[in-house]
Amino acid sequence: MRGVLSDRMGAALLMAPLLLFLVPAYAWPFLGVVKWSFTLPTPGLGQYEALLTDDLVQSVFIRTLRIAAIVTVVSVAAAYAITVVWVRGSPAQRLIAEFCILVPFWISVLTRAFGWVALLSNRGLINTWLQSIGFISEPLTLVRNEFGVVVGMTHFLIPFAVFPLASAMRSLDDRVLLAARGLGSSRMRTFWTVFVPMTRSGIIGSALIVFVFSLGFFVTPAILGGGRSVMIAELIYLRIFQSPDWGLGAAISVVLVLFVGALMALLFRYVRPKQLI
Amino acid sequence: MPTYRPGPVSLILAALVALFLLMPLLAVIPVSLTPSRMLAMPSGELSLRHYRSLIDDPRWLQSILLSIRIGIVSSAISTVLALCFSLGIWMFQPRFTAALVGFVLLPMVVPPVVSAITLYFLLTSISGFSSFFGYDTWLGVAMAHSVMTVPFATVLILVSLSQLDRRIDLAARGLGATVWERATRIIMPNIKFGIITAALLSFVLSWEEIGVTLFITSVNAITLPRLMWMGLRDNIDPAIAALSVILILITVLVLAVRSFVARTRGTG
Repeated sequence: MRGVLSDRMGAALLMAPLLLFLVPAYAWPFLGVVKWSFTLPTPGLGQYEALLTDDLVQSVFIRTLRIAAIVTVVSVAAAYAITVVWVRGSPAQRLIAEFCILVPFWISVLTRAFGWVALLSNRGLINTWLQSIGFISEPLTLVRNEFGVVVGMTHFLIPFAVFPLASAMRSLDDRVLLAARGLGSSRMRTFWTVFVPMTRSGIIGSALIVFVFSLGFFVTPAILGGGRSVMIAELIYLRIFQSPDWGLGAAISVVLVLFVGALMALLFRYVRPKQLI
Repeated sequence: MPTYRPGPVSLILAALVALFLLMPLLAVIPVSLTPSRMLAMPSGELSLRHYRSLIDDPRWLQSILLSIRIGIVSSAISTVLALCFSLGIWMFQPRFTAALVGFVLLPMVVPPVVSAITLYFLLTSISGFSSFFGYDTWLGVAMAHSVMTVPFATVLILVSLSQLDRRIDLAARGLGATVWERATRIIMPNIKFGIITAALLSFVLSWEEIGVTLFITSVNAITLPRLMWMGLRDNIDPAIAALSVILILITVLVLAVRSFVARTRGTG
């Protein structure tokens, strides 16, 4: 009896500090933000009504969904191409692929966004080079627009898309591929009709991860969009700090959390959490 | 060992993606060597003036020191809290394990911008009755970073605990070891590597954190990413290119050492 009791006590004592830290430092202020969305500037559902009627908010939501969808398709396709080599290449190919995936992964989002500014801006590497070979006379506008945002976000998210794909490809049984080849299927056909369908769970997992991440993206769109292609996260920032409209900022946050929560629920219906690492 | 190797088409596509991934990291090198005051490609002569300005301008050094201090404090807090919590979960397997872990992982899953406005709410509320702990203070930033990094530390420690053989703990328990002895003398030495990784990851995440920091600081607690952000938004300062080159070199070096160590140890 004494053992059972002290076990429970021990568990409670060990788990308490983190819970006692996160409840006041995260759960309580989150409820505070939810409260803002219903009370500022006036109590009621006014902020949520504004969400449905405000043209600016609507266009930002639509832009965010569009950018997230494009980024998801491009990132997953690009990640698929490099993951094939990372998982199934020769040892040297695998080492190079791993280097190309992990180095950007560990470098901060700011440095990576800055790298794209250095490449794409009017006086950046690409425009300078294209002008010096006489291909163009005026610099191309490659940043401060949606193109720059999509490029920067895709670059950020490819490594995240790689991990679920790699885990799906690693668990694939080689004998199935050999059987397809043995039965006379071409390399191309084996890839499209056997290999790709068998990594379906990885594709779904990585697409959902990339999509969810894209929805709440802040730093890359703010730097590469240059204030011209504002996404939801930047809109929240602007509503809190520039045109103090805390109620609307809070309401957008609540909607964003609900949306992401629904997508996560969908994710875990299709993929077991272990397959994502 | 896979017997089915990628063909030439796969290799070409993968090479293009690899190039895309490395391009922006390489692009900062020439920019960092420009003699110009503005962001531009060097035409002809090269200069190290932007590397010098990192040393000469005290703002860079101050923000680096601040980021290191915040990183150490927040990494210590989140590692200790995550370790205790994970030990509790692993040793006692309480009834609501899934719900408890799910709650702890929230700051990792919720979009960062929502966590940012949540922590902004928290710190401005604290500022009401405390001037050294709250909005725009280093302690406030350290606490906010702990909230953001603790889920990652918890995941890493739980993963290394899941690979631990329960029987050694049962043996210790059967021989009469107390909870404290089991935790500190049996379990912790066996997950040393996971604990160290959790501490390092927490530090790195805090060191480069910008999304939340942007919401909770204004003029006093200027961390390194915050200073870079300021230089990126207004007039792009090529000193950021010099700093980026240094940060990229450190990352490559650490990864190379890590993969070398992993290779000589035999396992990752």
